[in-house]
Amino acid sequence: MSEIAAIGIGTPAPATVGRTWLVRLLKAALLVLVGLGGLYVVWGLYLAGEPILAALVFATVAAVVTLFGWARFYNWRFVFPGVAAVALFILVPVVYTSAIGFTNFGSRNLLTLERVQDYHLAKLETAPGSGRPFALTADGLRLFFPASGDRPALITPAITEAADGRLTAEFYQGEPPETLPVRDVLKHRGLLQTLSVSAPDGSVLTMSGLREFAAAEPIYELGEGGVLIARDGTRLIPNHETGFYETEAGQSVPPGWRVGVGFRNFTRILTSEGIREPILQIFVWTCVFAFLSMVLTFTVGILLAIALEWPHLAFKGVYRVLLILPYAVPAFISILVFRGLYNQNFGEINLILSSLFGIKPDWFTDPFLAKVMLLIVNTWLGYPYMMLLGMGFLQSVPTDHYKAAALEGSGAIRNFIAITLPQILPPFVPLLISNFAFNFNNVVLILLLTRGQPDIPGTSIPAGSTDILGSFTFRIAFQDSGQDFGLAGAISTLIFIITGIIAYANFRAMQRLARSRSARP
Amino acid sequence: MMVENPRSLLWRKLLAHGFLIAFIAIILFPFLMVLSISFREGNFSTGSLFPERPTLEHWALAFGFDYTRPDGTVVQPPFPVLHWLWNSIKIGLIASAGILMLSTTSAYAFSRLRFRGRTGLLDGLLIVQMFPAALTVIAIYAIFDALGRVVPWLGVDQHPALILSYLSAITLHIWTIKGYFDSVDPALDKAAQIDGATPWQTFRYVFLPLAIPILAIVFVLAFIYLVNEYPVASILLRDTEQMTLAVGARQYLYEQRYLWGDFAAAAILSGLPITVLFLICQRFLVSGLAEGGVKG
Repeated sequence: MSEIAAIGIGTPAPATVGRTWLVRLLKAALLVLVGLGGLYVVWGLYLAGEPILAALVFATVAAVVTLFGWARFYNWRFVFPGVAAVALFILVPVVYTSAIGFTNFGSRNLLTLERVQDYHLAKLETAPGSGRPFALTADGLRLFFPASGDRPALITPAITEAADGRLTAEFYQGEPPETLPVRDVLKHRGLLQTLSVSAPDGSVLTMSGLREFAAAEPIYELGEGGVLIARDGTRLIPNHETGFYETEAGQSVPPGWRVGVGFRNFTRILTSEGIREPILQIFVWTCVFAFLSMVLTFTVGILLAIALEWPHLAFKGVYRVLLILPYAVPAFISILVFRGLYNQNFGEINLILSSLFGIKPDWFTDPFLAKVMLLIVNTWLGYPYMMLLGMGFLQSVPTDHYKAAALEGSGAIRNFIAITLPQILPPFVPLLISNFAFNFNNVVLILLLTRGQPDIPGTSIPAGSTDILGSFTFRIAFQDSGQDFGLAGAISTLIFIITGIIAYANFRAMQRLARSRSARP
Repeated sequence: MMVENPRSLLWRKLLAHGFLIAFIAIILFPFLMVLSISFREGNFSTGSLFPERPTLEHWALAFGFDYTRPDGTVVQPPFPVLHWLWNSIKIGLIASAGILMLSTTSAYAFSRLRFRGRTGLLDGLLIVQMFPAALTVIAIYAIFDALGRVVPWLGVDQHPALILSYLSAITLHIWTIKGYFDSVDPALDKAAQIDGATPWQTFRYVFLPLAIPILAIVFVLAFIYLVNEYPVASILLRDTEQMTLAVGARQYLYEQRYLWGDFAAAAILSGLPITVLFLICQRFLVSGLAEGGVKG
């Protein structure tokens, strides 16, 4: 214990009392700063129209100030930052994503109702008959509107003096001033287009043609209950079921806004032919892919681990380093390398195959071959992990068991099945389950290698035959055309439920393992 | 040693070596191919393992230099590879340090301190961790999009935002470190307590120095995981200058613009540091892996 004694933690000497006060003051000041900074963010988020996010940040800041300001929660200070990070960046997104699954959020219904209203209300149209020609005075670049019909002539201050693009026109009397030719007016077109001129009669004129200014008026006025009333009396009625404004004939007018749609996305998954069929197919493939990946990597890995742990083998170190290379190279690089190597026309794999056997398999367009390719690549990527684990677990198998077996005349295969496997499988189970879960959601591999291609024919949403549920959802949400966050959220929710079940199974397996370990003497 | 027949032993040794060498040859094939491609002319060319007319064009471009071909045309680097590598390393180092801090303090509390809801929290973390980040990217994007409107440096396309979201990848590390702390003799903290140490002092002066080996493992594991992370980074980083290597590397291989040769050189250049780091640490990593970490 000399270490601790040497550090000298004891009752503080009188000289240090003053310092402790200073430290306390600094701590309090820091807490106040953190609190104020947090409140600023909360307020900003609230103003930005994100009340839920604002509440979350507020809760976090409040927790920080409480835990670190109050000695009673001392022990919580150690866990809180980590737990908060997990809650904010895993749990909240999971809940949020599921919540999106109950809305129609997507590229067609992207905005909020207020933003959609603002969009419609900001639309302007030229008031009929309000157009009048204009000219620029040669002296001082003032906008001049000659008198026409019963409308008197108007003149503005110099257009270069416009503040925020606004000018106020006054009545003009007397001889028309000298004006610039059209050619010179065109030089100022950029500036002119940004101007709005308030006329004495209250109308606002903007440039409506090369030689004309006209009064622009908003097309719609906001009526009761969010109804938009146009000048000609036609009305746009908000439909809060679909999240669109509709004409009286019932036609939707984009853009739409987000509304809750209940379980509609979920029923779409279950009942719509064009969605249900591909999802079912993708779900089956996801399970097959995860299971086969697990089995293949485990088999190859264990085989190599046994070979490497064989006491008579020389050059173990060299083999080991070479064998874990696929694990050491960043996966995104290896996957992209394979994407090139498997290329149909100039990939090296097909070059070798065609020179040896005269075949050129189309790895990316044939659904079956694409799946085979995925499994090959994933086994290549994943076996070193299993091998490393296997080597660790094999070392804990007592050697006297093998000696006893050798005396009984048992062969290598029999040894493996009767002694090795039963010994190493129990600690492997939780790791195999988490490996299954990992591959169940191995989105990176699919996105980088095949992007889900080739497409399944005859579906109403883009679905690929090598897509797993995760990559399929990712593509629905983030594809360039027709993003459908609502549907993606609904499918994500289903995946979360499945993953949750796997996670719980894994958790129970680990508990059982821990119990059997502690039961051992 | 086991009882072995010397003659059959020789055969079996030969068999084992033959099998391993053949297997390694297949495994290493992609690496050799990429090395060869990086020295070939052009971006589509095919050829033998040893290029007939080796060129340094792709390598010059990967290092960010303009390359002048023999016929006088000057080729410019298509992408800032070294800049991406630097982004990856910077984000990886800072986020790993953060992860290390959060997971060590949490592990200490879960191992030694008593507070309400301890076991429930620990089990809950384990289950939560398995939810795939790739599917919550819509929400993560929305969160940082909103945050960015208030605090610009925490918005989309900003590295601090990505680092902040990475701090949540701590559960497995908490378990690993907790396992280590659990094996520390309780007499040690008793002694510290008797000397009047607060839990923080016990943690800082007793547990932290003891845990340095396991912390090194956790740091490397976290770093490798983060450098490989694709989905969240690809959503949060859109600007070419801001991309990490994992996001940027894909830009080389689009159907319309297929820069196979340039990619090969860039891949080797950028993959090498991470690979070497992993190989140096691999001996220590095995124990960390057995605790339940799955590499992404």
